[in-house]
Amino acid sequence: MAGLQEKGRGAEAAFTLLRVLLPVLLALVVGGLILVALGKDPLAYYRFVVERGLLSPIGLQASITRMAPLLLIAAGLIVAFRAGLWNLGVDGQFLLAAVFVAALAPSLVAGGLPHILVILVCFAVAAAIGAAWSVIPAYLKAEHGINEIISTLMMSFLGVSLANVLIKLPFNDPSTTVPQTATLAVEDRLARLGGTTIHWGVLLGLAAVIGVHYLMSRTSLGLKLQIVGSNPRTAIHAGIDVRRLTFLAFAISAAFAGLGGAVDVMGVQGTIRADWNPAYGILVIPLIFLARFNGWAVIGFVFFFAVLMIGGESAARRMGVPTFYVLVQVALLLVFFAVVEMLDHARQKRRGA
Amino acid sequence: MGVERSPRGEPGNDVAVALSGVTKRFPGVVANDGISLTFRRGEVHALLGENGAGKSTLISILSGMQQPDEGEIRIAGRAVRIASPRAALKLGIGTVYQHVLLIPSLTVLENLMLGGPWWRPLDRAATLKRFEELSGLLSARLDPDAPVGRLSLGQQQQLEIMRALWHGELVLILDEPTSMLTPQGVRELGVVIRRLRDHGVAVVFITHKLGEAYELADRITVLRLGKVVGELAPGQLRELDERQVVDAVIGFMFGRREAGEALEETLTGEAEALPRHAVDRSGAPALALQGAATRGERGECPLQEAELEVWPGEILGIAGIDGNGQKHLAEALAGQRPLSAGRMVLNGRDVTGMEVVQRRSVGVRYITDERLGEGTAAAHSVATNLVLKQIGRPPFWAGGLTRWPAIHRHAREQIQVHDVRTPSEQTPIAKLSGGNIQKVLLARELDPEARLVIFNKPTYGLDLQNTKLARDRIRAGAGTRGAALVVISNELDELLETCDRIAVMDGGTIVGVVENAPGAEAAIGRLMIGADAA
Repeated sequence: MAGLQEKGRGAEAAFTLLRVLLPVLLALVVGGLILVALGKDPLAYYRFVVERGLLSPIGLQASITRMAPLLLIAAGLIVAFRAGLWNLGVDGQFLLAAVFVAALAPSLVAGGLPHILVILVCFAVAAAIGAAWSVIPAYLKAEHGINEIISTLMMSFLGVSLANVLIKLPFNDPSTTVPQTATLAVEDRLARLGGTTIHWGVLLGLAAVIGVHYLMSRTSLGLKLQIVGSNPRTAIHAGIDVRRLTFLAFAISAAFAGLGGAVDVMGVQGTIRADWNPAYGILVIPLIFLARFNGWAVIGFVFFFAVLMIGGESAARRMGVPTFYVLVQVALLLVFFAVVEMLDHARQKRRGA
Repeated sequence: MGVERSPRGEPGNDVAVALSGVTKRFPGVVANDGISLTFRRGEVHALLGENGAGKSTLISILSGMQQPDEGEIRIAGRAVRIASPRAALKLGIGTVYQHVLLIPSLTVLENLMLGGPWWRPLDRAATLKRFEELSGLLSARLDPDAPVGRLSLGQQQQLEIMRALWHGELVLILDEPTSMLTPQGVRELGVVIRRLRDHGVAVVFITHKLGEAYELADRITVLRLGKVVGELAPGQLRELDERQVVDAVIGFMFGRREAGEALEETLTGEAEALPRHAVDRSGAPALALQGAATRGERGECPLQEAELEVWPGEILGIAGIDGNGQKHLAEALAGQRPLSAGRMVLNGRDVTGMEVVQRRSVGVRYITDERLGEGTAAAHSVATNLVLKQIGRPPFWAGGLTRWPAIHRHAREQIQVHDVRTPSEQTPIAKLSGGNIQKVLLARELDPEARLVIFNKPTYGLDLQNTKLARDRIRAGAGTRGAALVVISNELDELLETCDRIAVMDGGTIVGVVENAPGAEAAIGRLMIGADAA
């Protein structure tokens, strides 16, 4: 009898493992077929991605560095999604904040402000710009019940366009030939950790995700946001101020996206060229769902995707596989995660019946 | 109840649908367990049973929503598979559900034209022809071009019946058809049902009200825990009087006579009125609502000039036909909906401007009728739902931090005290049955600090055991602690059983208040249909 139960538990664990590994395997196989169709060697490509994104010390450091903006965006999205708000405008919030910081930081340094104050002022401004860009969708949602999926996306397009206008006109550095902001000197950027190329923005990102995880699971604010997210009518019934929390959740979410922009500019980019838009937000959104809003799982997924991105960018230069092939890989993974999830659901239903 | 006892015609022997050995299993339950039943043309067949007896599953099998795991369905002697609701309609099996499933912004005729294949153009002339045929059959007088939203609930039900009979008139299934009708509407429905029966339709009538089954049915089948536990054939029904039928059915439903006794009172609405403690109305009322008005969305009935007074220790019932402002009244009292005019005074204090949280702190409690719609957060645990209205406040939160161990301990205590059947305090509340969810709500709202408790349809959708339990708790709530109780219900029996006085709502205002004494029922009925000017 006990043996039977052991066996049942073992099988259950195997299924859990399968649920994670099977989609990855399927995505690699189908992605490989696409590579073959493009005339590339899939095995060589995958090996290259793993080597450059994970195994080589420089690649690994680049991957970890890349996690910083992704983690900050993820922290914000966890708050918004748990509160039932589809903030799909993180890219606009991110880029607008990044552009302001890119213009502000060199001028603050030129003005003789101490390093730490430059950072603090820039972070504050980035958070404020991000949050400000969420006020209109929040207002429309809270006061008029207008769907935030549409309004945040539209605000995102406006934000990205506005960022470009800013780079080309008021924030343009006249000393360069292409439109871009003034460059933040390397010594004025976020400090590196030990002897690595990783800046401390990564720690900020990790702290943000873990902090948000505890905010959502251990505080009254987090529970209130969850109730609003699970059923706004229940929230009203329980006397929770849905209006106020809608503004707040949007502001927190967008402020983190803005911080992500600040960290990427002050840690890595140093300057922003016109038409630069990494569109991290679109990549992070599905990760939040894969991780089921769990902060620790989000960190794991973000690391995995950072490796894919860094490795993929390397492979693009070396093997001529387009950069956006990484997005194809991500999309395949999501599709197969969904399919396996659905099959597993059906299996559990059958077993229950 | 005002329905005339129907002269029972000779039942047809023409079998419309025969079920044999129909079994349907769900995780952990056998919803239908080897059910064999025959529905005959020209016969009204009532299915009786508690919640969970398997009535709904049986209907969903007949209407093609679910497939039986075992057993056979035969129509005209031929075994059939009812693969979808559309297939059921094609076979002439139409179902009218408890809740109206019409599109209010479309006209009567447009609603009837829905459901055809997408490629076929709408044929108004043919639709109108069939509409008139069925209007004749039902003796209904509906304007084919009126928007459905403007029809009364009774008229909407007639339209639903037409839609159910659209493709054939073999079987008509009515699921709790009287639950939202006025007494007048119930009478009219009775007329329609008899006309259809005489026309040769097999009418299947699902109810939990014994009186209605007795008045309308030619044959009564009782289900219990998924099985057929008894049947009264037309011959037997003709010989027995109502009292004997009640006895027989109770016997089927509960097996032992004694077990059924307390429940029988609930079932038949003949429970002893509670030994009424005299309510002292010499002092100031605990609750006074003065000139209250609210603003409503389209389709809602807002309050207008609503006046209420409830004294400490008193239970005030609110009777009225659904959709006459009861929802707004409950929400306005609870603080969920602001008053656009008027004021509310609780124990001498003006609470008009207070919102839900503040009102809760002065003792206002609201047990909503929408247990899953707004009363609980479905995916959250029983424990979380028990403290839903205290989030952020001591003792379960300190400095904004959640004290989960304390919340879980509190939940385990409440689960024990209130006999909530749940695997654990961490189970998502939506997994519980309706009765157990209601126990959680009662546990959350009824505490010694309650000064005004609003119950909105407290027994809606509950089975007999839980109905009795909920009513007992209402009665216990008032007398002992001196709280003022407001019970909103569309079941008059319930109000007569529990309340000291009963107010009647119509068109968003209180049209009259009746002392609960002999003769109250008639007075309330007159107020409800507007026969008495208040």
